[in-house]
Amino acid sequence: MTAPALRLSGVCKSFGRTEIVRDVDLSVPRGERHAIIGPNGAGKSTLFNLISARFPVSSGRIELNGGDITSLRAFEINRRGLSRSFQITNIFHNLTVFDNVRCAVLWSLGYRYSFWQRLSALADASERADEVIQRIGLRRRRDTLASTLTYAEQRALEIGITLAGGAEVVLLDEPTAGMSRSETEEAVALIRRVTEGKTLVMVEHDMGVVFGLADRISVLVYGRIIATGTPDEIRGNPAVQEAYLGTSRAHA
Amino acid sequence: MKPAPVLTASRLLSWGAYLALILVAPLLSRSGYWLSLLSQIAIMTVFALSFNMLLGQTGLLSFGHAVYYGLGAMITMHALIAVNHHVLPIPVTLLPLVGGLGGLFFGVLLGYVTTRRAGTTFAMISLGIGEMVAASSLMFPAFSGGEGGLSSNRVTGKGWLGITYGPQIQVYYLIALWGFACVVAMYALAQTPLGRIANAVRDNPERAEFIGYNPQVVRFLMVVLAGFFAGVAGGLTALNYEIVTSESLHAYTSGLVIMMAFVGGVGYFFGPILGALLITVLQMAVSSLTAAWLFYFGLLFLVVVLYAPGGVASVVVEHRRLWHAGVLGRLAPAYLLAAVPVLLVGAGLVAVVEMVYRLMKEDAASAHLRVFGFTLDASRGLFWIAVAAAIAIGILLLRKVARTVSDERHRAYATLRQERT
Repeated sequence: MTAPALRLSGVCKSFGRTEIVRDVDLSVPRGERHAIIGPNGAGKSTLFNLISARFPVSSGRIELNGGDITSLRAFEINRRGLSRSFQITNIFHNLTVFDNVRCAVLWSLGYRYSFWQRLSALADASERADEVIQRIGLRRRRDTLASTLTYAEQRALEIGITLAGGAEVVLLDEPTAGMSRSETEEAVALIRRVTEGKTLVMVEHDMGVVFGLADRISVLVYGRIIATGTPDEIRGNPAVQEAYLGTSRAHA
Repeated sequence: MKPAPVLTASRLLSWGAYLALILVAPLLSRSGYWLSLLSQIAIMTVFALSFNMLLGQTGLLSFGHAVYYGLGAMITMHALIAVNHHVLPIPVTLLPLVGGLGGLFFGVLLGYVTTRRAGTTFAMISLGIGEMVAASSLMFPAFSGGEGGLSSNRVTGKGWLGITYGPQIQVYYLIALWGFACVVAMYALAQTPLGRIANAVRDNPERAEFIGYNPQVVRFLMVVLAGFFAGVAGGLTALNYEIVTSESLHAYTSGLVIMMAFVGGVGYFFGPILGALLITVLQMAVSSLTAAWLFYFGLLFLVVVLYAPGGVASVVVEHRRLWHAGVLGRLAPAYLLAAVPVLLVGAGLVAVVEMVYRLMKEDAASAHLRVFGFTLDASRGLFWIAVAAAIAIGILLLRKVARTVSDERHRAYATLRQERT
């Protein structure tokens, strides 16, 4: 049996004395679409930041395709095939849509830090970038500066940059945050399309999105995973209903 | 998809025009002053562009860029001395390359320290390193030449085809061709994977990490390459003046190159070229006219930062867009109208500055200024009343006209947008 795409064992994170993530074990097999849900402040984004090495873990171990990535830096993890998007749009504002995506394909095509090749002569990079732009539906905005895109377009570009490098494991942090109903539907269709055959881990607040997209769901409450299972299992889980859905009903 | 050609017609045209300008410019006047002005502009162009590889392209504000320029100049000078002593068999034509390699070497050495961080930390470290290098240059007089600097003779032999680098015109062409090659190389560099990733690191270093790039390595490589070009500029200076003092690596020189880039515009590749041109002309031409040139220098910097934060280049680009849209002509009347109060205020300010400078000299007789046959006398109250009135009227008019100009510009842009959609 092959190693899971992503495995977390005993992962903890504290900021000072505050424990944000407590002893998280999680295993995501290859090709699965896995959603992490939980109330606000449960530590979902922090968990993502630990996996992608934006923050160092306090203790525990993170494996990507069986290899230890716990102490690697963000760019090293990216080169091993894990890519992520951000909850707050994190793009290259003063570059065009095309350049944003082209930058994201350069490393995976082996151009590294080359200063002896002309970008415009690298046909494979341009083709791949145009392909991604086509898939995220921004072809008409190809030569627009990223900073002048609409919010939904920037979110699409965010996903485009995340996927352009061809990573096999993709982490999406609230990809539909702040979107209208119709924008959300488009975004879900986009995510479904572009993550075909990949391992997807996503944090999402929109339950419609989660139950529609995910193969399995983990529920994070106060930094602990209290349940993992298929959407049906999660819906029927009394602990989840009490801890998570209960609190959200109390909020509403 | 076919790769884009290196030389499109329009690119060939603009580069060709640039080269032609460089080659023809020295023929316009026979004066030695003109030639040394052109030489200095060509050198500063390379220096300012190398600085902008950091600021404009990578987002690194360096307060110590003169280190690479000055050290490049000193190393070139040592090489020239060695050539003169027949120790080093290198033709003088290739000596700027020695300066470049020197800049590259120190880029590797110092860049390793400076590029660990970006932002304010980088700026402060670059300032510290700059001061350290400047201080140690006086501690190692054998290398820097101490207070007196290093000097040598660029005419090292009979030369080749009559090119001895004795006459200034020959040195000018050496500088101009090296300069042109460097400008082309820096332009090309901006169009490579590293160049574009440097832009990405400038915009968002964190995201650059999440697409597989180590921002520290990107910054380091850009500092090293910028160090090379600054070193070439230093080498050209060494050959041009045949003397190098430690002033060339001081904070003053670092500050000068920052001003060139800012005044020209850091957002455009050609911005620093305009800046180098403007500042050098101001430095050489205005300084020969008035002792207050440094004051005007500061004033220009202030005006640009306040009213054209994108630098001269952004103003040029903006008006070229309006020109192409055919709406620039509509702005002309408003601009002409604005020119009157601008000139009035400008002339008033110049009169004040010049008179104050003259009065400061404690020599009452020198408090006269002859302008167009009129003698202005600063010791008279009437003069000050007239100047104050001119400035006040100018400012009042300017406020009125500013509205008209901004309305016209809004209208021009509205048409521009309409035509596009």
